[in-house]
Amino acid sequence: MRRFLLFCVLFAAAAAAEFWWLSAPAPVFAANSDAMERGGDASRGKLIFDAGGCASCHAAPGQEDRLALGGGYELKTAFGSFFAPNISSHPDDGIGRWTAADLVNAMQAGVSPSGEHYFPAFPYTTYAHAKPDDIRDLMFYLRTLAPVPGKSKPHTLGFPFNVRRGVGMWKLANFDKAPITADPAQTPEWNRGRYLADALGHCAECHSGRDFMGGIVSKFRYAGGADPEGKDWVPNITQHKDGLLAWSLKDISWTLKTGETPDGDSVGGEMNKVVKNMAQLPDADRDAIAVYIKSLPGLDGPPKPPKK
Amino acid sequence: MIRSLLAVGALVCGIGAVLAQSDPIATRKATMKKVGEANAEVTKINKGEAPFDLVKVQAALTAMQGAAKAMPALFPDNSKTGGDTAALPKVWETKADFDARWEKLGKEAAVAAAAIKDEATFKVAYADMGKNCGGCHESYRKKQQ
Repeated sequence: MRRFLLFCVLFAAAAAAEFWWLSAPAPVFAANSDAMERGGDASRGKLIFDAGGCASCHAAPGQEDRLALGGGYELKTAFGSFFAPNISSHPDDGIGRWTAADLVNAMQAGVSPSGEHYFPAFPYTTYAHAKPDDIRDLMFYLRTLAPVPGKSKPHTLGFPFNVRRGVGMWKLANFDKAPITADPAQTPEWNRGRYLADALGHCAECHSGRDFMGGIVSKFRYAGGADPEGKDWVPNITQHKDGLLAWSLKDISWTLKTGETPDGDSVGGEMNKVVKNMAQLPDADRDAIAVYIKSLPGLDGPPKPPKK
Repeated sequence: MIRSLLAVGALVCGIGAVLAQSDPIATRKATMKKVGEANAEVTKINKGEAPFDLVKVQAALTAMQGAAKAMPALFPDNSKTGGDTAALPKVWETKADFDARWEKLGKEAAVAAAAIKDEATFKVAYADMGKNCGGCHESYRKKQQ
């Protein structure tokens, strides 16, 4: 019996060590990586900012300025509430002291400057596919924006989701860091659109069905699904009869620019913020996104809950 | 003959009015559908998919003005749920803002209707009308399904 107990203790210790080892945060760059600071371009960074939709979550709610990045937006989910942090250039409350490498680690590895995992409510699962130089340019742009005082609220998550080390395990199952490489069989416009959608715009983060652990289910990628709060439904945007099959390229790019849908309606909810970001892009980039979205094979979305 | 037609007409109008009172959800959905259909024609013009058509543009502005007048009264307290409504509870939580947005839309649509005589004036006066749609739908309507 004593031997069995000893075994149990040893096994638990081994499992804990395994967990600790497997769940360790793995940054991409050392924070003091000077190379990352060279050649940054704030004007190019603005395009990354707009395409990446940073303002959607990080602009302080209840005010009109989408460049006031004080955070505080509440993303309600089944796991609890996430509050977007302050990413303004404020040295104490925002990210004013960050290096470009810090931002790359945050956006591409999901690891904070202090070496903790970020929760994947922050779509680093998408940004990981971006070019590190684009993230560096974004850092240069963020430094030009006004500092906003005031820290955002801490997340309110239930156990065990509030254990940041647990995110390390989640990453093992759900986090593909591979950069997007150009597909030579496709046009440059398609490749540009794919980069904008899948490395920056993170369209699939909302327009996909997710499993019970919040991972995107690949057969439902872009096929729509419950919104994070689980109350509404995010539309299927694949070439499916319930998706965008009937939409022309122009319909897609026009909706991204104006929020007006081909049926004379306008987009709802969070998509309005996306449109405000997308409207900042040059027409050619919205057209490229349209080309990519129009190429998504039609998929049946996850089953919708019955209407009340 | 005329008399009976008038009678039928009055009856239809009466039924319409009763329906509006008894089923505000259906009425507001029908009202918005009209705005959407009229605006879809203008969107085609904006996108360069259809030629400029003053009649269609004015029809959309008329539909918007009609909706702006009718809609605020179509959200009584007993119509928060049911009838497949997409209205969010926020409509009733900040009803004054909700109503003010309708008033703004009505005013802007009236100004645009008076200003638009041809394609050139259309391009200037209609440019920002669509922002009213998104501005309200972001806060007060559930996501499209």
